[in-house]
Amino acid sequence: MTRYIIKRLVLLAIIIIFVSIVTFFLVHLLPGNPTDTILGPNATAQNVATLNRQLGLDKPLWQQYFIWIGHVFQGNLGQSYTTHQSTTTIIGQSFPIDLELIIFSQILAFAIAFPMAMRSARKPNGLFDNASNSGTFAMLALPPFVIAPVLVLLFAVHWHIFPGPASYVPLTQDFWSNIHTMLLPSIVLALGGIVVYFRLLRNDLISTLQEDFITMARSKGLSDRRIMWRHALRPSSISLLASAGVTIGSLIAGTFIVELLLQMPGLGYQLISAVNQDDYTVVQGITLFVAVAIVLVNFIFDFLFTIVDPRIARE
Amino acid sequence: MSSVSLTNPTNEAFADIKEEISAEEAADPTKKKLGVLFWICVAWIVLVALAATFASLLPLPNPDLGNYNSAQNAGPGWGHLLGTDDLYRDIFSRLIYGARVSLVVGFGGALIGLVVGGIPAMFSAYRRGRIDTALNTGSYVVLAFPAIVAVIAIVSFWGKSLFKITLVIGLFAAPLIFRVVRASTLSYATRDFVLAAKALGASDRRILSREILPNIMPTIVSFGLIAVATIVVLEGSLAFLGLSVPPPTPSWGNMLNEGSSLLTGAKGQTNPWLVIFPASAMFLLLISLNVVADKLRAYFDVSDIKL
Amino acid sequence: MSGRRLLEVEDLRVSFATPRGPLRAVQGVSLTLDQGKTLGIVGESGSGKTVLSRAIMGLLPRASTTQTGSVRYDGTELLNAPNDDLRKLWSTHIAMVFQDPMTSLNPVQRIGNQITEPLKIHLKLSKSEAKETALSLLMQVGIPSPVERYEAYPFELSGGMRQRVMIAIALACAPRLLMADEPTTGLDVTVQAQILDLLSQLQRDRDMAMILVTHDLGVVATRTDEIIVMYAGNVVERAPTNVLFKSMAMPYTEALLKSTPRIAEPSHTRLIAIEGRPPDLLNPPSGCPFSPRCPYAQERCHVEKPPLVEAEPGHSYACWYPLTTSDPAPSSPQPDPVPA
Repeated sequence: MTRYIIKRLVLLAIIIIFVSIVTFFLVHLLPGNPTDTILGPNATAQNVATLNRQLGLDKPLWQQYFIWIGHVFQGNLGQSYTTHQSTTTIIGQSFPIDLELIIFSQILAFAIAFPMAMRSARKPNGLFDNASNSGTFAMLALPPFVIAPVLVLLFAVHWHIFPGPASYVPLTQDFWSNIHTMLLPSIVLALGGIVVYFRLLRNDLISTLQEDFITMARSKGLSDRRIMWRHALRPSSISLLASAGVTIGSLIAGTFIVELLLQMPGLGYQLISAVNQDDYTVVQGITLFVAVAIVLVNFIFDFLFTIVDPRIARE
Repeated sequence: MSSVSLTNPTNEAFADIKEEISAEEAADPTKKKLGVLFWICVAWIVLVALAATFASLLPLPNPDLGNYNSAQNAGPGWGHLLGTDDLYRDIFSRLIYGARVSLVVGFGGALIGLVVGGIPAMFSAYRRGRIDTALNTGSYVVLAFPAIVAVIAIVSFWGKSLFKITLVIGLFAAPLIFRVVRASTLSYATRDFVLAAKALGASDRRILSREILPNIMPTIVSFGLIAVATIVVLEGSLAFLGLSVPPPTPSWGNMLNEGSSLLTGAKGQTNPWLVIFPASAMFLLLISLNVVADKLRAYFDVSDIKL
Repeated sequence: MSGRRLLEVEDLRVSFATPRGPLRAVQGVSLTLDQGKTLGIVGESGSGKTVLSRAIMGLLPRASTTQTGSVRYDGTELLNAPNDDLRKLWSTHIAMVFQDPMTSLNPVQRIGNQITEPLKIHLKLSKSEAKETALSLLMQVGIPSPVERYEAYPFELSGGMRQRVMIAIALACAPRLLMADEPTTGLDVTVQAQILDLLSQLQRDRDMAMILVTHDLGVVATRTDEIIVMYAGNVVERAPTNVLFKSMAMPYTEALLKSTPRIAEPSHTRLIAIEGRPPDLLNPPSGCPFSPRCPYAQERCHVEKPPLVEAEPGHSYACWYPLTTSDPAPSSPQPDPVPA
């Protein structure tokens, strides 16, 4: 068991180092010079040289990388050129919004997908199953940037059920208003999750239900419900954990989109603003943060397998 | 070596076996059909592709420049089939030109991914060894980096253009395609008919192209279509964030972006059509791609148990 | 209580709907079983014996399965009965020991829980009562250190022990009819004998009726009161055990017996396998189903299907030219009886 953990940790370290290298060199290897962008076309050679020295851009690249890594470990991700806020502060303020959105939407997705899958698996290819399969298939064609504007059009503008853009209220300020503003974006983000969770759980349940030990459980005179919950579910939930990790990537994209659309001040909003203002340090900082966060989350989900299925841990 | 391969018998020796097989298939009522829905979706994709390719030949108003004689933010009507947008441009025309972006990035990116990822995958899986392990671990590491974030960063530093977007997305699709093609190739590379071809003195390249490739083709095609759909979504997301092709070039994603800002009337006008039409176009394209991919996969999947 | 008629099966037919047409797995089987007696059902893979045992119990999936005939347990009709009614009988009256304990036990549940589950649900025992009963069961089936094994997962046990656990689970609620489907296939030969002895002993102790389903005539030779031989979904011979081995009538039974390797024979004795393969149950050929492979087959065998006829009291067979009548084939000797 410990060997397994150590192997995974080493892989994790390699990936994070790779991520940091790529993020760092994004700015430096691509055409364009941060100094020129900051100072604009009217910069004098003097100013350029001074700024270069200030930003440490005159040192060899590898040295710059290690200096940068050093700063990162101290929690210093640089400063925004435009607002002069520290990147860490920006991340600290905007990240909780994304976190809330992700958690809320995935809970919603799971709450819908789970009973759907259980019902479908009981009668495969029945009426409910076919309807669910078609429904989720359609959801595949409704990514956030397609469905979000439509939902805003219908629910916010037309029917006034949910608030529209620029109406975000922080959780600490007013609980119910916050939930109210969170619902629409959560529904948008939940759609992708519903598709994945439903499919995986349904297929896993159906194949588990065909296993011998389920027949044996039936022969013990156990009710269908008990068999579903106590016997079929646990082995099937492994894939579900896997899928939870995988959807994170597309979840981030979706989160950025709904933030932009509804003008919620999350990481995506900050990132895009920074991009539009050529605020390189902020872009770099947020990219690093999000990439490392996703890698860590995947790692944690991978790790959770061993708890659910005792067989894997012994390998 | 003649042009006969072991998986594709063409000479007379195998003719009667083929006849037997096809007679059996004709008698079997459970032979999987692709279905009407499949062909409808194929037709739609082809239609969109044709319209996009020959857009300049069609009698469409200029998509980039507004015609100030028309109304602003008008709904569908005679002069403009789907209405106009905020800058007096014809929506229908922009929709068709916008299809170009989605299709070029989608299919182009998938193609790049196939070439950069798929071809090395076949050789790597067939030859095995250290290079294979390195490439495989490498693909795992690259895949760990969330694509959207990376593409946002790269595009923001490098600049926006159709070519750059297609290239970057395609390169990010490569590791995923690498793994799928590698897994497929591996499952066939150890089979007896490959060994037989080897024993007959066939070169690696010949074996890969004549024996293995025809067998993994179904997987590649259906997975490739899924890749196209995923890339179309990725580009659309980027366009919505303002990071795809620069304006005034239309893309369904940036049309949705414009439409969103017009929803609440913050700019003084509202235009729901600028949301409804691009959204519908995107929905239909994605569903068609997914249906075609799924039906193909089901059609070729030998392990599909019907009972 | 011994001697009471517990199970009556009349003309049971089971067919599955497949894309290529109905697959007739069981084609008209009748049998009876009294309390305290053991019935052996013998046949190759594909003979329909497993389908038969599952159909008797009622475990076959309802969709795409057609079952006709009658299966009466203690007077109650089981065939096509609603699942709720069947569940009341399962485990408490009829229980099954399955073939492969590795796949039949829940891999992610401790075996203790798997045994106590029916106890808590059917017998409404409390947690501690159930555990006590489970531990006692584990001892009865011969598992050493039951207290430690109680917490184990199936993959931590050997094949023989897993099978014992299966038996413990089946016996938990003291059923009156035990069905054992190939309980020893896949186990070591020595372990096989232990398991079979265990089953026989438990049966005697509890005065249960037992059905032993197997492909191995050697398994049923000394442990059954009556034997049914199945081929291609039909019963081809039925007789009390000693009668069957003394004067078997159906050539298939003889062939089965001949193909069983025996320890008494010198090493490297050639294994006699039955030539050919079982028939296609989708398109059964006309005539006797065994005729393509029967060394004694004659013209009539290929054309007309012989009915199951009770030639002597208790001994039925379906053969036009049974071994005990005049016409022995030129090259085959009479079968020797199996040493007890």
